[in-house]
Amino acid sequence: MATINLKINGKKQTVDVDPNTPVLWVLRDHLDLVGTKFGCGIAQCGACTVHLDGKATRSCVLPVSAVGDQEITTIEGLSENGDHPVQKAWLEHDVPQCGYCQAGQLMSAAALLNENPTPTDEQIETAMNGNICRCGTYLRIKAAVKTASQLSS
Amino acid sequence: MTIVKSTISRRSFLKASVLAGGGMVLSFSWLAGCKPSAEEALVLPKEWFELNNYIKIGENGVVTLMSPNPEFGSNVKTSMPMIVAEELDVDWKNVIVEQADFFPERFDRQFTGGSQGIRQGWKPLRTAGATARQMLKEAAAQTWKIPVDEITTDNGILYHKQSGKQAGYGEMANLAGTLPVPENAPLKEVKDFKIIRTSRKNVDGKNIVTGKPMFGLDFKKEGMLIATVAHAPFGMRVKSVDDSAARSMPGIKDVFVIKTLLDDYERNGFDTNSFNELVVVAGNTSWEVLNAKKALKIEWENAPDTIHIVQGWQGSQKVTVPGGLESTQGHQLRMEEMSKKKGDILRRDGDPEGAFKKAVKVLERTYNAPYLAHNCMEPINCYAHVTSESAELYGPIQAPEFIMRTLVARLGLPKEKIQINLARMGGGFGQRAYGHHMVEAAVISQKLNTPVKMFYSREEDMTNGIYRPTYTATYKAGLDENNNVIAFHVKGGGIPEHSVHANRFPAGAIDNYLAEGWSLNSNISIGAFRAPRSNFIAGAEQSFLDELAELAGKDPIAFRLELLDRAKNNPVGTTNDYDPDRYAGVLKLVREKSKWTETTGKNRGVAAYFCHNTYVAEVLDLELQDNKPVVTNVVAAVDCGIVINPDAASNMGEGGIVDGIGNAFYGEMTFKDGVPEKNNFHQYRMIRQMEAPRAVEVHFVQNDFDPTGLGEPLFPPVFAVVANALYKATGKRFYNQPFGKELEKEIRLM
Repeated sequence: MATINLKINGKKQTVDVDPNTPVLWVLRDHLDLVGTKFGCGIAQCGACTVHLDGKATRSCVLPVSAVGDQEITTIEGLSENGDHPVQKAWLEHDVPQCGYCQAGQLMSAAALLNENPTPTDEQIETAMNGNICRCGTYLRIKAAVKTASQLSS
Repeated sequence: MTIVKSTISRRSFLKASVLAGGGMVLSFSWLAGCKPSAEEALVLPKEWFELNNYIKIGENGVVTLMSPNPEFGSNVKTSMPMIVAEELDVDWKNVIVEQADFFPERFDRQFTGGSQGIRQGWKPLRTAGATARQMLKEAAAQTWKIPVDEITTDNGILYHKQSGKQAGYGEMANLAGTLPVPENAPLKEVKDFKIIRTSRKNVDGKNIVTGKPMFGLDFKKEGMLIATVAHAPFGMRVKSVDDSAARSMPGIKDVFVIKTLLDDYERNGFDTNSFNELVVVAGNTSWEVLNAKKALKIEWENAPDTIHIVQGWQGSQKVTVPGGLESTQGHQLRMEEMSKKKGDILRRDGDPEGAFKKAVKVLERTYNAPYLAHNCMEPINCYAHVTSESAELYGPIQAPEFIMRTLVARLGLPKEKIQINLARMGGGFGQRAYGHHMVEAAVISQKLNTPVKMFYSREEDMTNGIYRPTYTATYKAGLDENNNVIAFHVKGGGIPEHSVHANRFPAGAIDNYLAEGWSLNSNISIGAFRAPRSNFIAGAEQSFLDELAELAGKDPIAFRLELLDRAKNNPVGTTNDYDPDRYAGVLKLVREKSKWTETTGKNRGVAAYFCHNTYVAEVLDLELQDNKPVVTNVVAAVDCGIVINPDAASNMGEGGIVDGIGNAFYGEMTFKDGVPEKNNFHQYRMIRQMEAPRAVEVHFVQNDFDPTGLGEPLFPPVFAVVANALYKATGKRFYNQPFGKELEKEIRLM
């Protein structure tokens, strides 16, 4: 066990956990931030995507001890009132079916737009390829990323 | 605190039985964050008046509608309340939707599956709305002392035009709630619909995009332990468990082996064959139990043949689950062997053998498909708190009704003392029609005498599936000198069931017709998977018809329409279970919308199918880019009667198509000595964003038929449109799924 200081969604948090614990489980089991989802545990499905200093990161394979000073942003902290451009665009396109993968999709999309505010179709496909949607909402996801890009500009 | 005034227990009109534990559902709130988005913009009333099981109205006119069925992504939580709101005649903006718990005394058929939610809910949901509206009118009539017939409603307001009186529903709800329930409240005319047939956003949309807790895995309760489990490979059981290392790991509370079902338990059709023995690791946190599970040293041994008594829809049956370690290679050999033998005759018209002898051209082709894993994004999980007095369960479940009997038998509690609450499901696709995970969580909680949330790792979820069975089918057809189909034979088999629907198209369109089926038993557990059986046989049949049309020198759409014309004008037999006109209707619509006749130079396939009471035709275009298939466009035509929520219905259709493309190209589970050979997404390939079709259009036939299913019917024909388009792209026919594997072989040869 180790005491680890983290900055999550702009707030300082201290947890006492095994330093190998993946950030995913620290968020879900220790900090009640369950918006970040468990899907595969091996960084293959993207459901656990969070931002580490703004970059999309798979939290299920990231040991909490490796975070250091980097700031974690989860779906709960993506915006204050649920009005980040990707969240607005997701609602406009009524993207979700079951909804389970969507937090990860939104975090990947937001990270993409941070880096590249006007991505091409191909760039969207590449950036979003790590996030599986079993319901098959990929077309709406792509359309929503484009809408979010317009909303941001 | 908000007061709920309920007289419902005295007059539950939708169900005859007396309400058990009345009022419980009203005060039961599992997840504070799980409120529909609409509520945020509404001022909550001080008092609610319950008009019936589905409807509460506040004194300020705000309406709460209960969504009876579990939600797994087909959007019933929005569309079912839309139907109630339509007949109640309220403004959708004033509606709050609440997920009902499992409460069979209050709600009909709380089952999400078989694409039946809307179809079977249509009448009860309309009646619930119309009855409440009539009671509100009656209350106004009594208050205003005028005849009820002179009162009209519009968007939650009662009017008496003659006197100019008007009142909001909220003002009359208190009195309305005390009135007798009218028996034949009038339903709206279809032409007067204001909510149905208009697109309404998912009521949980805001909660989803902001990451609010709403799934079973998100559930938490003070003092709850976390448990994860290991199951034996298929055909095996636990011999010994060395848990010495695991027990000493941090946070671990207990390790034990427990049976999910007792040996003498008479099962129902939804109690799966496997999963009976669990190795359980319980502890404080998810990470700790996952780690400790890896430290277990479990020795398995071969299990003998086991006989189960199963109470199914066809009565009580003895089912032998064979011992032995099965492998895909062995399955294939056994299936090839069986294919050569005669099957059970399912339907026979005319003289098929004689007609084949007279045929000028004969085509015979065999199609094969592997087991498929559901791979819902949310791994299997359930929360349970079982005491000597009662049980509370919360988790993802499509069919709570089917698992209730099992829970009663296993826990030794009466059903009134078992409460199943319905979490939003992170996918279902048939997997969660089987509630073994609820029993598992319950027996673990009972044993530990503490609240427990049990969950599977992805590996456990994928390797202990209730898989889509593996299937094969051989089709044979004979053409006469005018290229008319004079003989047709389908023989299908599978493990442990075949997928032949003997009375579906093209039965009824061909004079000499024979359908046969056979099956082999197995210890690999199988179950419903999006459009069971149809999800294989549609692809086989529609690929075969494509090749047959080519042999006959006919356009594939014109060829199908010719057969449907025959089935309409001069049908063979009387048990054909499709409407040739509606079937032809979707083919004509897809021909028009895809500009079928104007297109040249595209690798384009067509297929159609009827299942789950809905007709679908699809056209798909694909290209090979850098030797990889890219689906450039899909056009679908759907006849599911009245469409409740058009944009959400399109979303569902798009999902079915994408899912079909993914499974057609990549879906496959194989086995070696009882062990599934893929255990996570690095091995089991799922369709991803780059492989998704570049465009999908879903068109609905406009008619006023009562609504039918939509979650499943778009999925089965995709396997054939993909195969038929691949033929255009490569010049080769594709008979064996997954097609991605076959395509790689072709490309190496090209």
